[in-house]
This record gives sequence, structure tokens and C-alpha cells, in this order.
Amino acid sequence: MTLASSAGPAPAAAPARPGPAVPRPPAGSRLARRAGGILRSGAVQAVLVVVGLVWLTPTVGLLVSSLRPGAQEDSSGWWTAFTHPSTLTFSNYSHLLDNGDITHAFWNTVLISVPATAAVVVIAALAGYAFAWLEFPGRDAVFLVVVGMLVVPVQIGLLPVARFFGAIGIFGSIYGVILFHVAYGLPFAIFLLRNYFAEIPREMLEAARMDGGSEWTIFTRLILPVGRPALASLTIFQFLWVWNDLLVSLIFADSRSQPLTVALQSQMRQFGANIDVLAPGAFLSLIVPLIVFFAFQRHFVEGVMAGSVK
Amino acid sequence: MATLQTALPPARAGGPHGTGARRRSRRAKITAAVFALPALVLLGALVGYPIVYSVIRSLFDAKGHRFVGLDNYQTLFSDHATLIALRNTMVWVLVVPALLTGIGLVLAVLTDRVRWKTAFKLVIFMPMAVSFLAAGITFRLVYDQDPDRGVLNAVAVSVHDAFHDSASYPGARARQGAGATLQGDGHGGFATSAATSPGSTVSLGMVGILPAKLPKDSVQAAPAAARPGSVSGTVFLDFRPGGGGRPGQVDPGERGLPGVHVRLEKDGHTVAKATSGPDGTFRFAKVPDGSYQVALPKSNFATAYSGISWLGPGLVTPAIMAAYLWVWTGFALVLIGAGLAALPREVLEAARMDGATEWQTFRRITVPLLAPVLSVVFVTLVINVMKVFDLVYIIAPGPVQQNANVLALQMWLVSFGGGNNQGLGSAIGVVLLLLVVPAMVLNIRRFRRSGS
Repeated sequence: MTLASSAGPAPAAAPARPGPAVPRPPAGSRLARRAGGILRSGAVQAVLVVVGLVWLTPTVGLLVSSLRPGAQEDSSGWWTAFTHPSTLTFSNYSHLLDNGDITHAFWNTVLISVPATAAVVVIAALAGYAFAWLEFPGRDAVFLVVVGMLVVPVQIGLLPVARFFGAIGIFGSIYGVILFHVAYGLPFAIFLLRNYFAEIPREMLEAARMDGGSEWTIFTRLILPVGRPALASLTIFQFLWVWNDLLVSLIFADSRSQPLTVALQSQMRQFGANIDVLAPGAFLSLIVPLIVFFAFQRHFVEGVMAGSVK
Repeated sequence: MATLQTALPPARAGGPHGTGARRRSRRAKITAAVFALPALVLLGALVGYPIVYSVIRSLFDAKGHRFVGLDNYQTLFSDHATLIALRNTMVWVLVVPALLTGIGLVLAVLTDRVRWKTAFKLVIFMPMAVSFLAAGITFRLVYDQDPDRGVLNAVAVSVHDAFHDSASYPGARARQGAGATLQGDGHGGFATSAATSPGSTVSLGMVGILPAKLPKDSVQAAPAAARPGSVSGTVFLDFRPGGGGRPGQVDPGERGLPGVHVRLEKDGHTVAKATSGPDGTFRFAKVPDGSYQVALPKSNFATAYSGISWLGPGLVTPAIMAAYLWVWTGFALVLIGAGLAALPREVLEAARMDGATEWQTFRRITVPLLAPVLSVVFVTLVINVMKVFDLVYIIAPGPVQQNANVLALQMWLVSFGGGNNQGLGSAIGVVLLLLVVPAMVLNIRRFRRSGS
């Protein structure tokens, strides 16, 4: 179930391919069919190439725009840069990195994303193990509630939690943002891990319990190593989710704790005038997810697929 | 999908009974509580409690002092701005998930036949990793009105200009004051103020054009020669670089305006047309006796076509939807592609052997077999589309934000972004929750079925 997985069974498993002796369809029509097939496959490839180029254009436009000096930005389109590549410059980026607000916001994004991801993974792993293998009253009913919470929109929590955080004094701080992300990341995380852990063979656990291992030992020595693929998917998925968030930070962070997404959106009002900040800023914001995506593509896709119906 | 169906709660272990076992079971309960407690506390305090709080809060007024019953819900379904948001959210839910599932299906079937499908899927899936903020900035750039910045309008303008003559002299106007021969016709064009008859000439002096912007073939303007039976004249830039020159007359150093469409009119009807030459002269030959006016229609002076207003009130929602498609197509493609790869190849081969056309195979075999995957993709998209916020917030420029509004954005605007009406905000939150209840029930039922 990954991007890289090839389609269907291996060729060896397809003995049904007809030999030349099969009478129906006649040879002539088969030849015509094959010719038609090649033509069609050429057309299909052409369509897909066009679609792929269309998909790449916005990102390429953003990247090239971020590398163009402000004066050119106003007078000619980014596509003209392909004929004058020497005019491209990193000056927008060096200005951006000299901009204390932006670098501070970038740092905030890291300070929010890393703990919010680590906390979700740890808390959900503990709970996932409890829901899968430990006995406690009302366990199955509570888990159904968690399943129900999978699709609860964050919007329902914004007002009450903002009030609650205000009361305990963490509204407008990084802690509030992290806590909110952890809570709303948990249903999916618990769901994913509980289902993965539940498929570990019962004999393995019983053997470990027979050997006198405590639940904690079993959890750290058996469950976590075996569950590594699911944990990896969850980590990447949650990390990108938090990194890319705008809404939660827009409400729960103040100007000192705001992440990059919030800092950039405040520049959107003068979109045309701020393009030399917005384009490199957007690229700075998306380069980390892209690296994570290409490095852990398989885990990410699995996480997204498991997360469907979130 | 896979996870939803493979979930099998392990059967309860029937352990031995006795005091030792009971003590052990109590200890097990404590252990279980320690493991599950952090998650349960967080979920209870930050997800469960807010739901209850929001439902109650939605029954109180803006400040929360007065119980108002269902008034907030009544406002929600009668207030102009909220109704637009509600309507737009409905359009989103009706259009986007179906469109995305369809596109994903078509692309999945097409990619299944090429060898470089992994590369293709990577390209299409990549936007899924990117924030809506970055996607929003990217698309603000794509949709920019200025054809020198927005790639879509650059395409629109070059396509338009390939099929239509662009106006030659945008912004040019007739010389006013002394020596003026032209006056505005009230529609953006100009006409001679005095009547003209055959055998006479007119000098049409224009201003408001930079000499540097004149066409390359423009040369020194020439006074038109009077001929019997003809109306002739000169259209020229009535401006002499360096100064001097008489207003309304052709002077040395003043250049002709080539390519201007000129009309001869009698009683408001066009009787002849001509186009000025490089020196600005034009001539209407064989004109019957009478009195005429010479007119320069507005098409000569209209401002250049500036493309389509993608982010104007009319197109802003479709434009944001297209950006959303850009982000989410990869999701549909990869999920449906995985489903397609898991289909029994023999069935498809058999159908082809039996002479089924590609379309029949697709319609009668592939689609029905993929139905479970398609429904998961569709339901997931419906849930996500209902909550769309960031893209609308980022892409829609301030003045048209109301036209593009959706429920999730309106909830933010009402409660935080200036409205400060927490009662109405809570009501919108509750409606958003109610909208996903069917999906919630579906999830729980599917889970229980797979568990039993």
C-alpha cells in the first residue's frame, strides 16, 4: 500500500496469458488492437505528462518568484526568468533570515511541532496498548467514544478551550498550542496504534507474561519494537499536521509564540507588495514538510491512508 | 480503510479465579489506568468537555449573560453573512468530494498503464505534505490579476490577444482648448465637433500618448490633401517634443498615429470606414454631397485586456476549489491506486479476453469492484471539505472574503476575528459537529462490525 508498490501480482503469477493458439480474437484484429493500444498508451502518457506539468507549475512559480529581486517582481512574470537565469538571487532569503520576526516564528514552529508530536506518540502508544491488551472496566465502550472522536472538528473546541486556557493562564503561549494539538491528535493516534498493537500475536504476549515480565517491560521491550512501522507513520503524519497548522495557532498563540504560518498570514493583506517576503517565507515553510515527505514517503502515505475518515 | 477493517479486539482471557487472581486483577486495573489515563484526561478535558460546553454556550447570548434558547440557531439560518457561508459550504460538499473522487479514479486507471507511475504519483501527492498556507500563497500568485505576475492571466491575455486586435492607443484623448476639432462622443470615443463636407480636410490632434509608445511605423504626420468628392484628414499626436507647435495643426516634429480606425458618420450612422496610414492620413473617397462627421470609435482607446478576475466575487469560490483539488487529488489517486492494485487481475484479463472494450471493463468491472475504496475516499473528503478554513482565509482577498465565506471561516470570524459573538460562534461549531455525526456513526458501526 505504498507509492512504490507495483501493481498487482508478479508476472509469474499470470499464466492465464493466451498462447498464439487461442482462436478468438482473430490475428488481424489483435494486431489492430495492439496498434491501437500503442497509440492509446501514447495518448495516455501525453495526458499524464501534461497533468504532471500543470501540477508542478504552481510550486515552480513560487520557487522562482522567491528567487527574483523585488523590482523585477513588479514588471515581468516569473516565467521570464527562464530566459535570464542570471538575474536570480538569494537576496530575498538573506533578507528573510535577517528578519527577526520570521526567524523567531520559524523557531516557534519547531518548538511547537516537536513536543506536540512526541507527546502524541508517547501518550497514544500507552493508551493504544491499554485498549488493545489490558483489562479495565468499560474499556470497549470508551474506545468506541474515541472512534467517535475521530471526526470531531477542531472548531468545536476552539472557544471552550480558549476560555479554559485563559483560566489556567496558558492562553497565548506555546504550551497552549501544544496541548491543543496533542488533544486533537490523540483520537486518530490511539485508533491507529491500538489497531496495530491488537494484531500482535497473543502467544507472544502470553509468553512474555509467563516469563514474569511486567506490563511496562512488555510495553517497552515487545510492543514498541514490533509497532515501529505504525509509530513511524504516526510520527510523520502528526508532525506534518502540526507543522502545517494555521487555525489553532492563530487563536492560541500570541505574537511572541506565533509559528511561521501565522507570521506569514499577517503579511497577506498587502499580497502584491509583500511578495518578496511571502514567496520565500512560504518556501521556507514548505521545505521541511517536503524533505520529510520525500525522506519518509512510504510512512507518510501509510499514515494518510490509515487516517482516511479522520 | 485497511485499519478500520482489520481491527479485532482480542477475546477476553478466561483466567483462573481466586484471591491471588483477584489481587492480580486489581493490580492489572491500576496498571491499565496508568497507561490509559493521560490520554483519557486530555480527551475528556479538551475534546469531551468542550462539546458539552459548546452546546450549552450556544443557548446563551454574545457575552454569555442571558439565556436565549435557540435564538443563535435562528440567527445562523437567517443572518445574511452566515447564510452565504452555509450555502458555500453546501456547494463545497456537493461539488468537491465527487469531483475529486472522479479525478482520482480516472488518474488512477490511467497511471496504472504507464511505467513511471511512481514518479507521477509523487508529483501529484506532494502538495498533501504542504501547508494550506503555503498552498494558498502559491495560488494567490497563480491567480494574480496582473498578467505580469499571475500565470493564469498571462495565459488568458496572450490567448485573448491572439484572437482580438488589441487597442492601439489606450488612454489617448482629443486635444482640448484652442485648436480643438474633436469632442467626446459620450461613449469613450471622439467625433468632430463641426460638420464636414466632401472636398474638405480635418486635422484630428490627439494627446495623452507617450512618444516612446508610438508604433514603430509611425512617421512625421502629413497634412491631408483636399480632393473633390473626398473627405480626408490626419490623425496625429498633437505634441511637439521640445515645445512649440500650433495646437490643432500638423507641425514639423509631430508624428502620425497609424492604424487608427476612422468612421465617416451621417446623422449618427456610419457610412464609411477607413484606417490611418503611417503618417496618420486617411481618406474617404466618393462621398456624396452632404454634411458629415468624422469619428474615432472608442475601440481605438480602450484599455488593454487585463485577463480574468479569478479572485473576483464571481469566480473566487471555484478558484479556491481548484486550489483544494490541487492539494487533495494525490490523496484520492494514491488510495484508489492502491485499491486498483489489489483488484484480481484475472477478472480484468478475462473480461478483455471476452472482447469487452476498455470502457465496458472500466464501467462494469473496475468501478463496482472499487466501490468500497471509492466510498472511503468520498466520505473522508466530505468530512474534510466541511471543515475547510485555511485555503479560503488565505486565498480570498479581503473585499471578497464574504463571497467566499464558509462555515468554518465564519465560525472564526464570528468568535475571534472581530465579531466576538461567542454564542453564535458556539452555535456554528455545534452545527459543524452535527454535520459530521453521520460519519461518526458510520465509523463506529463499521468498527463494531469488524470487531464482532
